[in-house]
Amino acid sequence: MTTTSPGPVVSEPAAAPAPVPGRRLRLSLPVVLLGLAGALVLVSLIRLVTGADDITSSGTTGAALRLAVPIGLAGLGGLWAERAGVVNIGLEGMMILGTWFGAWGAFQFGAWWGVLTGVLGGALGGLLHALATVTFGVDHIVSGVAINILGAGMTRYLSALVFEGTPGGGVTQSPSLPPIGTVTVPGLSPWLHTVERKGWFAVSDVAGVLGGLVTQVSLFTLLAIALIPLSWWALWRTKFGLRVRSCGENPHAAESLGVPVYRMKYLAVVISGGCAGLGGAFLSEVATNIYREGQTNGRGFIGLAAMIFGNWRPGGLAAGAGLFGYADALQLRSGGESVHALLLLLVVLLAGVAVWNFLRGRRVAAVVTLVFAALVLLWFLGTDRVPDEFVGFAPHITTLLVLSLAAQRLRMPAADGRPYRRGEA
Amino acid sequence: MRSRFDTERILLALAAPTLAVLVAALLSSVALLVAGHSPLSTFQSMASFGVDSGSIVQILNKSITYYLSGLAVAIGFRMNLFNIGVDGQYRIAAFFAAVAGGAVALPAPLHVLLIILVAAVVGALWAAIAGVLKVTRGVSEVISTIMLNFIAGGIVAYLLNPDRLAVRQGSQLINTHPLRQSGWFPGIPLPGGEVYGFIVVAALCGVGYTVLLNRTRFGYDLRATGLSETAAVASGVDVRRMVVRTMLISGGVAGLVGLPTLLGESHSYGQDFPLGYGFTGIAIALLGRNNPIGIGLGALLWSFLEQSSQILDLEGVPKEIVTIMQGVTVLSVVIAYELVRRFSLVQQQRRVGAELGTAAPTGDEVPA
Repeated sequence: MTTTSPGPVVSEPAAAPAPVPGRRLRLSLPVVLLGLAGALVLVSLIRLVTGADDITSSGTTGAALRLAVPIGLAGLGGLWAERAGVVNIGLEGMMILGTWFGAWGAFQFGAWWGVLTGVLGGALGGLLHALATVTFGVDHIVSGVAINILGAGMTRYLSALVFEGTPGGGVTQSPSLPPIGTVTVPGLSPWLHTVERKGWFAVSDVAGVLGGLVTQVSLFTLLAIALIPLSWWALWRTKFGLRVRSCGENPHAAESLGVPVYRMKYLAVVISGGCAGLGGAFLSEVATNIYREGQTNGRGFIGLAAMIFGNWRPGGLAAGAGLFGYADALQLRSGGESVHALLLLLVVLLAGVAVWNFLRGRRVAAVVTLVFAALVLLWFLGTDRVPDEFVGFAPHITTLLVLSLAAQRLRMPAADGRPYRRGEA
Repeated sequence: MRSRFDTERILLALAAPTLAVLVAALLSSVALLVAGHSPLSTFQSMASFGVDSGSIVQILNKSITYYLSGLAVAIGFRMNLFNIGVDGQYRIAAFFAAVAGGAVALPAPLHVLLIILVAAVVGALWAAIAGVLKVTRGVSEVISTIMLNFIAGGIVAYLLNPDRLAVRQGSQLINTHPLRQSGWFPGIPLPGGEVYGFIVVAALCGVGYTVLLNRTRFGYDLRATGLSETAAVASGVDVRRMVVRTMLISGGVAGLVGLPTLLGESHSYGQDFPLGYGFTGIAIALLGRNNPIGIGLGALLWSFLEQSSQILDLEGVPKEIVTIMQGVTVLSVVIAYELVRRFSLVQQQRRVGAELGTAAPTGDEVPA
């Protein structure tokens, strides 16, 4: 279907554009697999050195998957909006709407209805954002911030109306919600757990990671994971997706070719809100079984960061969400020791970046990175565990670190964030 | 001609907030009606409680804090820099200011001055992290300031511990060392209570903001960068340096946000120190259109709504309705301003067209 591509408006679907051909590493399948294997060996070594078994345990990966889902869904929301050229900082507010409406639907009608109402709640936020940015041309960030404020305000009022007086519910939380079913792969899951308990180098780590991914996985999680390839297919393999993306790259050219830019932007931003709402519904229905005020805790923003980290592409976004979900999961699984062990990983990575910078002739950057690595190493050697308060912001500092290492190599849609008015050049 | 033009401009400037408040009142009425409450009686009881002399003091005190927060955000907004991190900046700044102020004994004016200085410097440095990351590593300040909020919260929580920089008071509360009386900012007595003396500092900040933006080279560069970065670069503005400096100033003002509470009321930083003023500041900067007087009015409106809603629980109306009013007001304000801007643009083009005698034959549509 991409044969209808109108020339240079839209970048090639398969590869990220390489500004310096030949010098840039292409992320082909063997490279990715090799990278994964290398990371696994490294983490496994660190587990043996530090004895922090939880960094690759099935419990941690299970939790990481659970926590990556809302971040990934928010990121997917960001992807849809920004591919159509609308920056969506209001994801957090749409997610908040999703947590509330998801909980309300689940409480009123049953678990799967909650999924639907959560999507609708988020989509409502998306519709507002589209109205403000597309129809009225308000600055995208300003509108997003306003929606975040409105989302928090609206759910608080609605809770006071609906949840107050219900068993266990109140202004800040809902009653506990009906559960959504989980699946465990029979045979494979117990076998992986046996292997994991042996403590073998690398092998047990693989078993732990895989074990977490096949044990008691919520059906909602499967739905969320399916949305990532689905979004890729819709955005990169259909006419509709091509049109959406052309609005993000060059809306004027798209309009002149007959693409209804306003309608495309509206659709994309509403879908974006729906994804964020789905992420919110996941938080209240699966992650905690209850709606609680402030439960999104900045995950909408982290999702946006995951999307930026993933270079505005679904695969990269999923990797980013996995990373941040993992950082989030460590708080639940003996966080102090696990994060302490990962400090060593950080030292190794920073030292690697320093060497790479040095080889590329960037002496100052190399020295700065090396100093950071030395400081982290000192911290690692001088303590036994990282304080709980620091573990709490592990995902946030990971976001900052990752973005400051990666942000310059990224390319966002060319017309992202620019207000567009039909007929105005 | 000139005077007609000016009255028109004033009318247009007033049209947007009026429109927004009307829309907000309308939508809040709908929300109230849906829940089965009478909008009219709700608004009436809010209004009568809000002008009570005790309420007025509360409103003034809250709006001092909100004003500072709005100013801090507005400084960044003027050059299209989104400092979403005022929340983290004021918390970490107020914490360290409380620690420093609690550790020393100085004559009164110096003691207060020291606390203000520490708060401004800590806030500025914390904000500068985002500025430096933006210019050296290309990290969007929107994301980095949000992440820094969480990190600031974690650091404060870690240090606010009896083993570190805090003391235990009673069985539950943990605070920093309380400030001696020399470190308190004297209040201004009014019939309904005492207004924080920090209102003077806040007003000075407003004046400083006006002077800085409208009367200095730096302010000119800042506004130019906000209006058109490419034009600013072409006229010799070093945008990277501007970003870091603006973050420093914005963070410095943000550092003061917690001080009305710290110096006027709590006299120590405890676990119950209020959160979330930074996000309110964003809303208020949007309401006030980054104008120092507008921000003041926005802060007053916001705290008026908050204070006057306290009566509603007695009337059986959930007071959370006010959060809807606030959210809707912000959204309708930004939309209303955009509509008015477009309208005045069309008016201008039409006037120019009429004067040149080349007006389009169909005058009622947007010129292409």
